[in-house]
Amino acid sequence: MGNEIVVTEKLAAEHGLTAEEFARVRGILGRDPTFTELGIFSVQWSEHCSYKSSRIHLKRLPTGGPQVVEGPGENAGAVDIGEGLCAVFKIESHNHPSFVEPFQGAATGVGGILRDIFTMGARPIAVLDSLRFGPVTAAPGVAAEVVARNRRILDGVIRGISFYGNCFGVPTVGGEIEFEPCYSRNPLVNVLALGIARRDGLFLAKARGENNPVVYVGARTGRDGIHGASLLASAEFDERSAEKRPNVQVADPFMEKLLLEACLEAMASGAVVAIQDMGAAGLTCSTSEMASRGGTGIEIDLARVPRRESGMTPYEIMLSESQERMLLVAERGRQGELMDVFRKWGLEAVEIGKVTADGQMRVLETGRVAAEIPAHPLCEEGPAYARPIAQAVTKPVSLADFAPEGKPLTEGLERVLASPSIASKRWVWEQYDYTVRTNTVLGPGRADAAVMRVKGTRRGLALSTDGNGRWCRLDPYLGAMHAVAESARNVAASGARPLAATNCLNFGNPEKPEVMWQFSRAIDGVAEACKALGTPITGGNVSFYNETLGEPIDPTPVIGILGLLDDVSTALGMRFRAEGDVIVLLDAAAADAACLPRETLAREFSSSEYAKTVRGVAAGAPPAIDLAAEKRLMNLLTELASERLVVSAHDISSGGLAVALAECAFGAGGLAPVVELAGNAPAESALFGERGARAVVSIEPARLARLRAAAAKYGVQAQALGRVGREGFRIAYNDREIVRAPVGRLEDLWSNSLESALVLPLPAAG
Amino acid sequence: MKFGVVVFPGSNCDHDAHHAAGAVLGQSVEYVWHQSENLDGLDAVILPGGFSYGDYLRTGAIARFSPVMRAVERFARRGGLVLGVCNGFQILLEAGLLPGAMLRNRGLRFVCRDVWLRVESADTAFTCAARKGQVLRMPIAHSDGNYVAEPETLRELERSGRILFRYVTPDGRADDAGNPNGSMANIAGILNEERNVMGMMPHPERAVETLMGSADGLVIFRSMAESLVRQAQQMTA
Repeated sequence: MGNEIVVTEKLAAEHGLTAEEFARVRGILGRDPTFTELGIFSVQWSEHCSYKSSRIHLKRLPTGGPQVVEGPGENAGAVDIGEGLCAVFKIESHNHPSFVEPFQGAATGVGGILRDIFTMGARPIAVLDSLRFGPVTAAPGVAAEVVARNRRILDGVIRGISFYGNCFGVPTVGGEIEFEPCYSRNPLVNVLALGIARRDGLFLAKARGENNPVVYVGARTGRDGIHGASLLASAEFDERSAEKRPNVQVADPFMEKLLLEACLEAMASGAVVAIQDMGAAGLTCSTSEMASRGGTGIEIDLARVPRRESGMTPYEIMLSESQERMLLVAERGRQGELMDVFRKWGLEAVEIGKVTADGQMRVLETGRVAAEIPAHPLCEEGPAYARPIAQAVTKPVSLADFAPEGKPLTEGLERVLASPSIASKRWVWEQYDYTVRTNTVLGPGRADAAVMRVKGTRRGLALSTDGNGRWCRLDPYLGAMHAVAESARNVAASGARPLAATNCLNFGNPEKPEVMWQFSRAIDGVAEACKALGTPITGGNVSFYNETLGEPIDPTPVIGILGLLDDVSTALGMRFRAEGDVIVLLDAAAADAACLPRETLAREFSSSEYAKTVRGVAAGAPPAIDLAAEKRLMNLLTELASERLVVSAHDISSGGLAVALAECAFGAGGLAPVVELAGNAPAESALFGERGARAVVSIEPARLARLRAAAAKYGVQAQALGRVGREGFRIAYNDREIVRAPVGRLEDLWSNSLESALVLPLPAAG
Repeated sequence: MKFGVVVFPGSNCDHDAHHAAGAVLGQSVEYVWHQSENLDGLDAVILPGGFSYGDYLRTGAIARFSPVMRAVERFARRGGLVLGVCNGFQILLEAGLLPGAMLRNRGLRFVCRDVWLRVESADTAFTCAARKGQVLRMPIAHSDGNYVAEPETLRELERSGRILFRYVTPDGRADDAGNPNGSMANIAGILNEERNVMGMMPHPERAVETLMGSADGLVIFRSMAESLVRQAQQMTA
């Protein structure tokens, strides 16, 4: 096979293949691999592409259900939403590239997930971003230069998402952003995209039909992104991470927009047999996976691959991760029709090979064989590890103590509202086009979930992403269940029935037993919650090696839940609507909570956003969860919306009841809650505790009886807390007013603190 | 009446403009490919928003050279109605069909938010169904919407009543608080001398249904349809 570099075990090790993996390669081939083949195995068997550490655990996730049309394994999941339509959605990470080169890393992250959606034949209609950064405000124990770098990363990521999504023409309608020190050197950029397709018009990545031509379309292949999936995404960072900048790809959203339109038009012609984008591991992944899934082989000739630069070796061409490229299998004899479509859109399209019956992925370089690997073993018989698992021993951290009863809590509320994780993200989402394509019924900041209409029907789709790294660090099992429950609760609060889930699992180095323990427990939590809530996992991805200099991030499973509204005009926002409306707390687990001992309350309280912000404590454990109660609350919320009984709904999560009430008031034109609470719990726990299965709704007084009847039907306690007023923000607890502030002042703090924090000068170093 | 929506590579509000004029307003609409020079049978042409040709060079700078723009110029010279929204406005400026130019927004960032526009003149083909002084709410979504022009051009626009929309506060004041991007004289939309070509940065096609938050933009499409009907009636009378 020519005078290529000789492959040795040492070279294989430098490619990230262990001795056993290299032996397996030899076993599959029956000989030593060529240099190109070594490159192909190294990317295809990288953690990022092969899921070798996670596969055995992912099998525990529920993936089936009558609504599921395509589960994990395809480019994206697809669920039935009625009227012959499917929602196609998936979440994916682009964490490592976004640290090395924030703008391009985030932009190509958006591009990658959008291609996954339209590869299925679906037109993307919404994007959500789940982002995590290190602190962007001066904080004790965080160096000024670290804060400055975090701000640069944040700015680059936001600009990258804005640049790509806005130009492509997909609205960015939601997501979340949180700040914790563990993400300083390892930000998380998780992007969820949603598309709509006709159920009978879904496209799969299965190469079929011997001699059907294989067509390359889109951008030319360059040397960018080589080993992005293996060296960048499947290894942790150290001091020399900046040297990995060439492994990051460069984004061209205009090219992607042309690809979208051309691919959808080509698919409509009926001449496309199979299609897959060239994302991670580029040509390698798209050829071998399409052949493997289709039970066929593929032969391509690299001499025909359009290239950006001369002198590229087969190794480089096969491993390039140049963006905005697609590979498709055409029906033989009809490739001319496809070429016409691509020419119309000004895209380069070249026939580079054909489907074969021999199951081989064969790569020719001007007639010479550069690689010949059985496709199925390459894709499906890669290594799978049951890595060692061990719970880390942690030092007990002292819990936060409650303030004396009767002490005013206005200042505490103000501090929580102004903290970057709770404060309004308006400054961020105004940089995203969230109204293009005119489907956004409830956009960013309007409701607990983003709500999109489905044109041509009365239906709507609601989407939310959630994750709580702090809780998952304290208890990955419970934390993961909460992530699922909160996301589903958000969807239900907006009036939709939770339908299905997608997940992005962000963890540290899987070779560390304590990280694997976190991962395994989180999977158990996601699995249990998704089963209980009837939201199967339809896809997603795993991102390991999120650590720098040996310090892993908090385990951060991010859950995206998709919900369906039969009538999108019943969707509910979170804001109060009218003076005099009654504010009602819905609590599906009230009975259990009423008798919690003080030490349990303190343990839960110590893990809250308030304890972190006001007390500087992040300890204890997440609140206990009652999934059956969560489900009952969701059913009630969905019914309240569809019956148009209530006028606003907002779930209680970060910041507790007090923050939830504030968020209902903000943007409501001066309306504010006047509420009186009572109970045995300490006031801080009652106001800022984050127990789940709760939501706040507002309703016309005359309808209260109907609300109570509905709540009783679902076994949910409905407690009238007070009313919507115009005399400022007021909360009394056990007959003592403990929060009183002009709502305008609270809103200013909440609205502007993120933007002002980003321009605050930092203390000089040293 | 028949509307044409031009599709440049990178247009991304073409479907929205089609939906507004067609499905919502009930007019007949067709797409016009950027390589076409044929606008026969059309009564009005919409240049939609987006990032034509990627807009990597300067907004609208490449699109103005596309074959369809030659046809749009001829169409405009013959008195046809041309509406440019966002990128469409930028293209009309580059093509010289409207005076002035766009700078990067004052805040140097892309801005997407609802804005309020005051109708400065109601005796135009684009606003005849509106009232003078009426305040309309609709979204903007752009990086380069900071309108600039020579002082004499501004004076001329003002004098001849060709400033059609100004950014205002919700209660109708054209001050700095209502200006989202730094545009001179709070200009959001202008007319050509013959008053048949209009460009505006805000997106009326995104504000045509109350379900989406506002139907205030519909008045522009309705005005166009009504004035075309009137025009046709005058010709047959």
